[in-house]
Amino acid sequence: MNIKDVEALAELAKLELSTEEKESLLADMEGILSYVKQIEEVKTADIEPDYKVYNVWREDELLPRDFSKELIIEQFPTSQDGFLKVKKIL
Amino acid sequence: MIDLKSLTIALARKKLDSKEFSAVELASAYLEEIKKKNAELNAYLEVYDDVLEQAKRADDRIKKGESHPMLGIPVAVKDNILIEGKHISSASKMLQNYISSYDATVIRKLKKQGAIFLGRTNMDEFALGGSTENSAFGVTKNPHDTDRVPGGTSGGSAAAVASSMALAALGSDTGGSIRLPSAFCGTIGLKPTYGRVSRSGLMSTASSFDVIGPITKTAEDAQILFDVIKGEDVLDSTTINENAFPKNSSKKELTIGVPWELVNGEGVNPEVKENFVQALKKFESLGLKVKDIKLPNSLAQYYIINFAEVSTNLARFDGVRYGLHKNGKSLWEDYKLAKGSGFGRETRRRILLGAYVLSAGYYDAYYGKAQKAREALRKEFKDKFSTVDLILTPTSPIPAWKIGEKSNPLSMYLVDIFTVTANIVGVPAMSLPSGFTETEDKKLPLGIQFMASHGREDLLFEVGKKFEEAMKTK
Repeated sequence: MNIKDVEALAELAKLELSTEEKESLLADMEGILSYVKQIEEVKTADIEPDYKVYNVWREDELLPRDFSKELIIEQFPTSQDGFLKVKKIL
Repeated sequence: MIDLKSLTIALARKKLDSKEFSAVELASAYLEEIKKKNAELNAYLEVYDDVLEQAKRADDRIKKGESHPMLGIPVAVKDNILIEGKHISSASKMLQNYISSYDATVIRKLKKQGAIFLGRTNMDEFALGGSTENSAFGVTKNPHDTDRVPGGTSGGSAAAVASSMALAALGSDTGGSIRLPSAFCGTIGLKPTYGRVSRSGLMSTASSFDVIGPITKTAEDAQILFDVIKGEDVLDSTTINENAFPKNSSKKELTIGVPWELVNGEGVNPEVKENFVQALKKFESLGLKVKDIKLPNSLAQYYIINFAEVSTNLARFDGVRYGLHKNGKSLWEDYKLAKGSGFGRETRRRILLGAYVLSAGYYDAYYGKAQKAREALRKEFKDKFSTVDLILTPTSPIPAWKIGEKSNPLSMYLVDIFTVTANIVGVPAMSLPSGFTETEDKKLPLGIQFMASHGREDLLFEVGKKFEEAMKTK
């Protein structure tokens, strides 16, 4: 890894990092990744990944749920007429 | 005066029902303790202002003749479990001003019984760490030695119970976050079977590992609280129907498996090992059989999956809909500024590591491989539990360390060697206090950990109660 890799990952994760932090993160990540690299030694040749994924179904009916819409709206950083207001993206 | 030190949920239930003291008196006694101790220990991030009103409502119900296991019982709640209308932050600046808009399922169940919520407890930010040092709001101190950490990530919950600032507490466990602080603070901590307790209203850390569980003073109390919060839930599709679990069948002779190779491994403190050997002798004298088994070190696969899931789960905190908002020149800059300043150091580190192990070039070598290793371990566990009923290890290879002592993140990850396995395969595990080690004139608690097969919490309670009795007689 090098500092460019850290910068690319930070951009993907949308994280603003200082130059100093990038350098210390690089050192930490190299240490941690070289440790978890041990995973290579686990014998898994005859193991099929089994994610145990299946659907959990329920009837399509409206059930009462206790939650506060007001509390959700109150926490929008900016809102207008009860809607969330965001910056222009186009 | 109520003797809080020796009080248990079971005992408080009797005394509340027989009107020896009221729920208001009990809650007031805890508020008094909190006032005396919390400034130093920092176990609670917030003590709720309606504790006495909650207690009054419980008293009204007791007067009407109602009785439920948790009615009028004061509990502390980890800062990542939602209570409608209350502040909740996951100990992060990202959510410093956030207010829950609904109740977690476990909270709804406890409210129905009339439990009293004292406040929200400190933790490692977003449940990432092992010492509660990663909280954005200051470290929690170990009640047994305030120079030391309480363990983590549910450090505030364990410290609150250990210092009589709560009768019991809720924590969450992703890789040992209930059990490690329990071992460091001398409490009992249960990580239930994955899917046995609803995660609805628990802030996600690593969704395939996370589970809510009790931190208490006795195995019986852990059972009482667990029985109230467990159960299938339509709001969490990963919960398991109670009928799917094996019916409790008590056997005359239980067999304990001990992975000696791991326990004898380097990095395990000699006093921890000696304490473990003494605990094992107690079980042998109780008539339990002991067998040597092999278990692999699973830290690498645990951390790879943890980074991947954490990175994915925390992507939602962007400052657009809720939480910390920062104004930049564009929406993209808003995101970067909010995430850059809202997340703490360990959180940023894991987000990047997660992005790395999931990236196209490395996916197969890390995440894909870890998922296969996880499946291999599941199969191995199935085999193990056909020959033993329980697996016993120390909870932690070392006792509580000094605050600030472990500056290298990897050295803290290694402490999870005995706890992560239960989360990888989803089995229940419990940490029990097993005595003390003396360092610098301070007595530091040690803990042992039992794992059982899926759905067999009953076995954990059974050996837990046996061990408590054996510890009393020395």
